[in-house]
This record gives sequence, C-alpha cells and structure tokens, in this order.
Amino acid sequence: MHSLFSKSVKKGTMQLKIGLAEMLKGGVIMDVTNAEQAKIAEKAGAAAVMALERIPSDIRKDGGVSRMSDPKMIAEIQETVSIPVMAKCRIGHIAEAKVLEAMGIDFVDESEVLTPADDKNHVNKEGFAVPFVCGCRNLGEALRRIGEGAAMIRTKGEAGSGNIVEAVRHMRQVQRDMKKLTTLDVHELMAEAKNMGAPYDLVVKVSKTGKLPVPNFAAGGIATPADAALMMELGAEAVFVGSGIFASDNPDIRARAIVEAVTHWNDPKKLLEISTGLGEAMVGLEMSDLSEEDKLQNRGW
Amino acid sequence: MNTPKKRIGVLSLQGGFAKHIQMITNCGATALEIRNPAELKQCDGLILPGGESTTLTKLINRYQFRAPLLEFAKSKPILGTCAGAILLSKHAHDDRVQPLGLIDIDSHRNAYGRQVESFSTTIDITGLSSPFEAIFIRAPQLTLLTNRGEILAQNKGKPVFVRQKNIFALTFHPELTHDSRIHELFLKFLP
Repeated sequence: MHSLFSKSVKKGTMQLKIGLAEMLKGGVIMDVTNAEQAKIAEKAGAAAVMALERIPSDIRKDGGVSRMSDPKMIAEIQETVSIPVMAKCRIGHIAEAKVLEAMGIDFVDESEVLTPADDKNHVNKEGFAVPFVCGCRNLGEALRRIGEGAAMIRTKGEAGSGNIVEAVRHMRQVQRDMKKLTTLDVHELMAEAKNMGAPYDLVVKVSKTGKLPVPNFAAGGIATPADAALMMELGAEAVFVGSGIFASDNPDIRARAIVEAVTHWNDPKKLLEISTGLGEAMVGLEMSDLSEEDKLQNRGW
Repeated sequence: MNTPKKRIGVLSLQGGFAKHIQMITNCGATALEIRNPAELKQCDGLILPGGESTTLTKLINRYQFRAPLLEFAKSKPILGTCAGAILLSKHAHDDRVQPLGLIDIDSHRNAYGRQVESFSTTIDITGLSSPFEAIFIRAPQLTLLTNRGEILAQNKGKPVFVRQKNIFALTFHPELTHDSRIHELFLKFLP
C-alpha cells in the first residue's frame, strides 16, 4: 500500500493523454486483425497498432453492422506487442468505450468505420482515463471532438477506399479553416464559432496559435509511402494506415516502407528509394463509385 | 559581442521530437531536427526523444545511426527521455530493442503498465531549487549497474534521472511541461 502521505499522483489527465499522442508523432499506426499481423506491424516499426476484427475495406465489402472487436482478440494483440494498442468503439457507444478502457487499451478510436450507436451524440471523453482519438473533416468537427475531450484528432479521409483524395480534402480543409481563424478580428470569432458549430473558447485558442490544441494525424485512404509523405507535407503529424498494408501484396515490406516514408517525407531521394519495388498496392475505389450513404466519412456529428 | 548560439540536435526519426525542439528554442539555443547521421556533425549536444523504442531501433539501424551515435557520445553530451533513456541503456531486456549501451543502467520497458497507468507527480531534482512536475507516459524503470552514474532524481525509491559523465537519462518528459529547467541544465553542461 502507498502511504497516505505520498505526494499527489495524477492519472488520466489531459496532459497525460496528449502526452501519449505526442509520442506517436512521426509514426505510423497500423490496423491489424490478429496477433500475427500485429507482430508484423511492430517488426516493421509501427508506433502503435489498431486492433480490429476486419480492416475497413472488408467492412465495406461485407456490409452489416460493424461493432467493437471481440475483447479476446484485442487481448491477444495486447499480449503480443509492446507498442501501444488502440481499438475502436462505435460513435456514441459509451459502454463499448468503458469495456475498452477496462481492458487497458492505450487509445480508444471513436470511429466512423464502425456503425454509429448514437445518431446525434458522441461519447463525452473527459470522464475517461483512457485517451480518445476522433475523426474530422473540418475544423468545426475537430473542435467539437476536442471539446468532448479527444486527445488526438485524425482527419477521416475515406476509410477502406485506398484513395487518398478524401484524406487530402479533409486535411486541406482543416488547415484552411485554421488559417482563416488567424486572420479574423477578435469581434468576428463568436459568429465564426457559431458558423463552425465549435466551442467558442477553442475557436479563440486556434485563432491565436493557428494550430489544433492536440496532435493532428491523418487517416483514411493511405495506400503507398508517397500517400503517407503527402499527408505529412500537408501538415499531418503522423498517419494511420488501415487497409493499405494488409490488403496489399507484401504487407511487411509495404509497412516498413510507409514507416520510413513518414520519417523521411521531406527527402525525395529517400522517398524514391523507399517507394521502389513494393509490389502491388491495394486496389482502390473511385470516389464517384461510392454513393453518399456508402461514405463512412459522413458518420459523425 | 555575440557568442554563437548552441546547437542542439533532436533525433527526429519518430516520437516526441517536436516538443523538445520547442523547448530548446525557448531556451534560446538552436534546435536541429536530425534525420540523417551526417547532420550530427553540426550539433553541440543531442536529445533522444521519447517515442517507441522498437520503432526507433528499426530506424536507427536502417539509416545507420548506430556508429555515428556512439562516436558522438565520446565527446558530446546526450540527453534521452523515456524511449531515449531506454536507447542509452546497456540492456532493455527485450530483443525487439537494441540499446546503445552508453550508460551503465538497465531499463525495463512499460514498467508501470499501460497508458491508463501513466501518471504525473512532483519530484526533487539535484541542482534544482524547487520540485519538478514529472510526467511519466508508459514509462520504463531504470536500475543502476555500476556506481559510475549519479542519481539526480528518484520516484518512490527508483531512479528516474541518472547522469553518467556526459550522458543524461530520464524516464519522464520535461518537454511536455512548461518548465525548461532540465533543458537549461543540459544546455549549461555544454562546453
């Protein structure tokens, strides 16, 4: 037992949650569906893995309701790797989030890749000790999630598409929205907060710094090292790769290449070397072939 | 007369390099992002940030950093935080990590548990007049292997900040606070 007189020890604070996100910067978080894939990801240099039952491209193919993964499968991955293990809960599914926290998940992704449990609300993340990451398509959405307590934001892109265009659209939108805030007069900020549907205090904060108050990562459609480098160029601080690795021909080689590309995104010669001889990337989807209902990015409020 | 600014490299392969760069810059020194071994030549000192020690091991090996880092340590100071401290240690008790062996300590990864066990607390540090807010994130624990290292801080009887000559190993994250005293301590140590 610790002494009653021991110094105050804080756990589950925003500082600690953001701290872990800081440690993942310049890294790649890889979707894995079993312990074997998790091992490949860790060996390739993944900074963390995302444990889920089906990669987004398969979720898209299979249809049906997509839920939190079986804790048994997540636990096997936790046993296998030493890097942080993330897992997804459905949007607004407070109970799934609690289950993931209880099993010692390092980061919960309240994710549009799963079928939303609440069509109006997200989880209030402040009351949890475990940090949360949430997706966004624009600054208003990002600041709503941060207002709820998210410690990391990722642009949504279009998960399981193998097409980078939506990730680029969302990252550019967030950057453009932030830049705009820095140009506004202080008297314009409340109206802008109303337009964006974002908490006023966070709007004021971003207008001063031009940056999100939490790390800003990219996700949704990254399939090649160059895709990852592009997202870094556009201001992402790390990347999530879902289907892009294990739906490709040589997952281990591609995983390693994407890790190296995130480190050396600004070095074209290295990027050339990294991008060469990787085998086939995953087959991508043309956005015009997806109906609005099929787009996962539209989930989230 | 202007004395030239000190130049501190921050190994920027993966991890918490951005906050160290901010801190070094706030201290009035020049921070350099290091992604290639040749860039080490421009540095008066080096910081190995936190991050994932497995990832860092991969990238250090892949981009041939090992020998240049060992060479650097012969004449210049290095400060490692968290995963950086693991990399400085002699043994990490995990074959996924190949430490550099620059300081006589053993490191045990994730010794406090998963992220929900990450914590902050105040600790006393030798050389600082008031306590320091120490942030431990999936932190390792250290054991001294010889008496060559000096323990500069401990938490619950365990060393969390050890210096051996020019090598500084910390298991917590001063770069995540607004308190620059540890970075200043390191800068003062520079020739």
